[in-house]
Amino acid sequence: MNRISVRKTHKLYIGGDFPRSESGRTFRDGEAEHAIEASRASRKDLRNAVVAARKAQPGWAAAPPFLRSQILYRAAEMVESRAESIAASLATAPGTSEKSALAETHATADLLVHYAGWCDKYQSIFSSVNPVSGPFFNFSVPEPVGVVGLVAPAAPGLLGLATALAPALAGGNTAILLAAPGHAATALAFAEALATSDLPGGVANILTGLRDELLPHFASHMDIDSLIVHNTTRDQRVAIQTAAADSLKRLTFPEPGRDTPPPYDILNLQEIKTTWHPVAS
Amino acid sequence: MTTKRKSTKPHRRTANAPENSFVAGGFAPAPEDASILRLDTKPRRLLIGGKWVAGASTRETINPATGEPIATFAIAGPKQVDAAVAAARRAYEGEWSALPAAERGKLLFRLARLLQERSREFAVLESLDGGKPIRESRDIDIPLAAAHIFHHAGWADKLDYAAPGRRPRPLGVAAQIIPWNFPLLMAAWKLAPALATGNTVVLKPAETTPLTALLLGQLIEEAGFPPGVVNILTGAGQTGATLAAHPGVDKIAFTGSTAVGKAIQRALAGSQKRYTLELGGKAAHILFEDCAIDQAVEGIINGIFFNQGHVCCAGSRLFVQEGIADTVIRKLKRRIETLVVGDPLDKNTDIGAINSPEQLERIQELVAAGKAEGAECWQGPQTLPRRGCWFAPTLFTGCSQSHRIVREEIFGPVLAIQTFRTPAEAIEKANNTPFGLSGGVWTDKGAKIFKVTGALRAGVIWANTFNKFDPSSPFGGYKESGIGREGGLHGLHAYLDLHHQSPTMS
Amino acid sequence: MSWLTLFSIALPYDRWKRLRSLQGAARLPSDFHLIPLQIRWIEFSAVMNQASSRFPDLSALPPVDAIGIDERVRRAQTRSLKGKVKLDALHLAVTMLDVTTLEGADTPGKVRRLCAKALHPMPGDLSIGPAAAVCVYPRLVKTAAEAVADSTVRVASVATGFPSGQTALKDRLSETRQAVRDGATEIDMVISRGLFLAGRHRAVFDEIVRTKEACGDAHIKVILETGELQTLDNVRKASEIAMAAGADFIKTSTGKVQPAATLNVTLVMLEAIRDFHERTGRMVGMKPAGGISNAKLALQYLVLVRETLGPAWLNPEWFRFGASSLTNDLLMQISKQREGRYPSIDYFSQD
Repeated sequence: MNRISVRKTHKLYIGGDFPRSESGRTFRDGEAEHAIEASRASRKDLRNAVVAARKAQPGWAAAPPFLRSQILYRAAEMVESRAESIAASLATAPGTSEKSALAETHATADLLVHYAGWCDKYQSIFSSVNPVSGPFFNFSVPEPVGVVGLVAPAAPGLLGLATALAPALAGGNTAILLAAPGHAATALAFAEALATSDLPGGVANILTGLRDELLPHFASHMDIDSLIVHNTTRDQRVAIQTAAADSLKRLTFPEPGRDTPPPYDILNLQEIKTTWHPVAS
Repeated sequence: MTTKRKSTKPHRRTANAPENSFVAGGFAPAPEDASILRLDTKPRRLLIGGKWVAGASTRETINPATGEPIATFAIAGPKQVDAAVAAARRAYEGEWSALPAAERGKLLFRLARLLQERSREFAVLESLDGGKPIRESRDIDIPLAAAHIFHHAGWADKLDYAAPGRRPRPLGVAAQIIPWNFPLLMAAWKLAPALATGNTVVLKPAETTPLTALLLGQLIEEAGFPPGVVNILTGAGQTGATLAAHPGVDKIAFTGSTAVGKAIQRALAGSQKRYTLELGGKAAHILFEDCAIDQAVEGIINGIFFNQGHVCCAGSRLFVQEGIADTVIRKLKRRIETLVVGDPLDKNTDIGAINSPEQLERIQELVAAGKAEGAECWQGPQTLPRRGCWFAPTLFTGCSQSHRIVREEIFGPVLAIQTFRTPAEAIEKANNTPFGLSGGVWTDKGAKIFKVTGALRAGVIWANTFNKFDPSSPFGGYKESGIGREGGLHGLHAYLDLHHQSPTMS
Repeated sequence: MSWLTLFSIALPYDRWKRLRSLQGAARLPSDFHLIPLQIRWIEFSAVMNQASSRFPDLSALPPVDAIGIDERVRRAQTRSLKGKVKLDALHLAVTMLDVTTLEGADTPGKVRRLCAKALHPMPGDLSIGPAAAVCVYPRLVKTAAEAVADSTVRVASVATGFPSGQTALKDRLSETRQAVRDGATEIDMVISRGLFLAGRHRAVFDEIVRTKEACGDAHIKVILETGELQTLDNVRKASEIAMAAGADFIKTSTGKVQPAATLNVTLVMLEAIRDFHERTGRMVGMKPAGGISNAKLALQYLVLVRETLGPAWLNPEWFRFGASSLTNDLLMQISKQREGRYPSIDYFSQD
């Protein structure tokens, strides 16, 4: 007799927990027999995720960079140790072979290792001591912009999530990441890896749901400081930019073929703070 | 007041003191000579493609200290905006991009030198047109504008070092819209990095202060910049809106109010244009009990009365630790009493004229709101001139976080004072605002400085000083105070395309 | 000496407590018990004799930010005096002069010439001057006192082992008494910078108290020698100590150490005077000395006084310039203001 398998309920990842959508709604994500019932995040789920991210932000920003670095490295370890199961859900996406899925998973772990290494280095690259004319010590340092909304690229399914998330987290931001259509299962598997790393709850929040439903709320939410949205149409950009103006959100719409490489993608989610102090005895 | 002294014959002058005009009265008028300006009645024109051309209409610019017109200037309409953007594009695709970077830099060096040479003329014109004290335009605005251009000139041939691993490229045509509070300085802040990085520019000065930018246009010609590299369009909000929305523009740099900044972000929706915004502020200025009180009081004075408080980074919210609050307020009032309010061209003037009747009205409205909401108002004893736009230095005590005078940018010589008990409380109150441009901290304890400056959510923090600026020091806001930085290494990024990899990187 | 030792040891506990409370109990120097007995005795007798002089709580003083001071000074320097206001300020400055000669080569003849200049800075023009005082070494006080007798010009003398102050206290006190007996109505004393820099603030205070006693009715100007104190925090502390000990004036410098008076240290001292007056109601005078060689600079000092202390201090009763070469430049500027042309030094007596 075949064993009845234990199936996974696909939930959201908010504040370190895995709740269902508060709306109680789901949506069908994925192709044909691989399709799953994924949690359909609502406006309120987004709000909850922002609250969790905002709460976690000061602590994450204040964490010693070496600690952030080790935590991101731990996340890479978790991805690596779960590589086969993560790759299995990634492989359900159309046009993805099991082999390429595993390669992408390994690349994701490598990417996290790469950004783990950036946590305590970009500051030196982007900081400056400014030679002002006068008896002052003047220096500029990058500081995390705060709470970041990330709308993941359509592909690659897993690496895209990590590419969006890692620069935000490495730079001391907390994030709300919206998975791309067709990748809800992968996003959840990725969230489970993060949840078992030492990442504090609320630092990364992962939502699955309908892009068109959630985008306007990402754009207009007054407590999201920056927003990066992949794969936009012009109309979407108009809508987002218009709605984001009231909070003066920092917006990025990455264009295909015009990647921002590290550490400039980290810098993109930083503010520069300049401090002056007199020099005298 | 006078303590009685024992012994000996009294000194002769002691008895005569009231007759001594220095003892009794203070300073006699010491006006700067305005004849240096050679002002004429010809209407000022627009600089487009190396030619001075007429606009769609004209308008007068008024001396806010007297209410009298100074000169007539052109208002650029859509046709002139088109022409200016086209001229900037031609220059960008032609001569300007063909010019070696080092030569580009030399033109900027030249411009800085010309500005230094003519600095007195610029200072007088700035004070006449905008109402700011000549002491400030002479000692701060103009020298700093020249320094900004000089500093950036040297960047022109060193841009590869500004972004490790990248091969930076210019963006193209930059539209730059500047405010009336530091007309020439803001023009320099905008032009210098844009030109040093190889962009061409269409500059739009504010409608109440167009004159120094136009004079700078003459220097740009004199320096030998190719035609169209810098185009100057005077005009009001409509000109700015047309320019910002123009499809031929690659990058917008705006300094002004948060409301207009948001409108620009909306107007650019969908355009993929790059933009930087330097907007409003409501800086917290925090005094701890262990601070150098007298220097802190001077810092407060500089923080809120510099340029009549028409400063986006003005220290307009004062937080004083309870134990020294009475002392600080007493000393502050005493110092304010020594400030000279009046003729901007007088060398002894500390506080000049409010820039325009509209701005005066806005200040008056918010001060009335402060009184209505129950804060206690104190104003300096200065007698204000009868003609023109003036406002006495003003303090509010007994303010609370919910008061409009605490939440809204007043952009005038009005300080809202609150007290606090602990560093944590000060930080929380300081950050409790949608703005995040600047902040000030006064304490003698090093560790506390870093704790508090680190916790303030603002782009420029002055510790044991206030309102300092330098071309090498990045300036710009967090949150609703703006996007991007101006000045220093970080300011260059706003005018560069960093998507191209350096050939030396593997 | 032995009875002192006995007295010190035998001092009943309650007397010690009183002494400690007078000193500000918590503020005793940590090395208090290591201070030589002689000093202890001085301290004790000073406290007993001058119960009104209290050693100030130096820990309550605000720190001084040197860059902030510099900025405030530079801002004051941009004040522009024109026309009658400038002329009146120049006239005022002449009346505030402590016309000074402090050279090894000073002779009675030199001092008499100096007194003549103080009495009549511009011979034939009674609207100018006289100066506030002449300032000489103790040996020349008699000569000076005779020369300025029956005028408003006072005789100031640098007593107390000027300029280093490194002689025994008893010698400094007897020097002071002698100068007063000879006719000095103002004593410019130097503080012991050595004691100050060694952290013996209390001993500095007590020496000032003792010197003031020795002055009797003569005014005491306390020279801090700011060039040796080095930091503005030290200047502020020394100002407080001097004022609390009863100084009628505080004075920047001897003129023998560089830098002598600067606008920056003067501002710190003016702020100390202002705060002291607010706290105690007692006015203290200010005398920058040394290095003020031209009229433009002198006017900048007056602007600082005006904006820091107000017009009540703008008279020779409360403000002095210690200078030797300033007089002629003030006179030349007065002449220029009046006549609208630049004068030649040959028209002014070089004394």
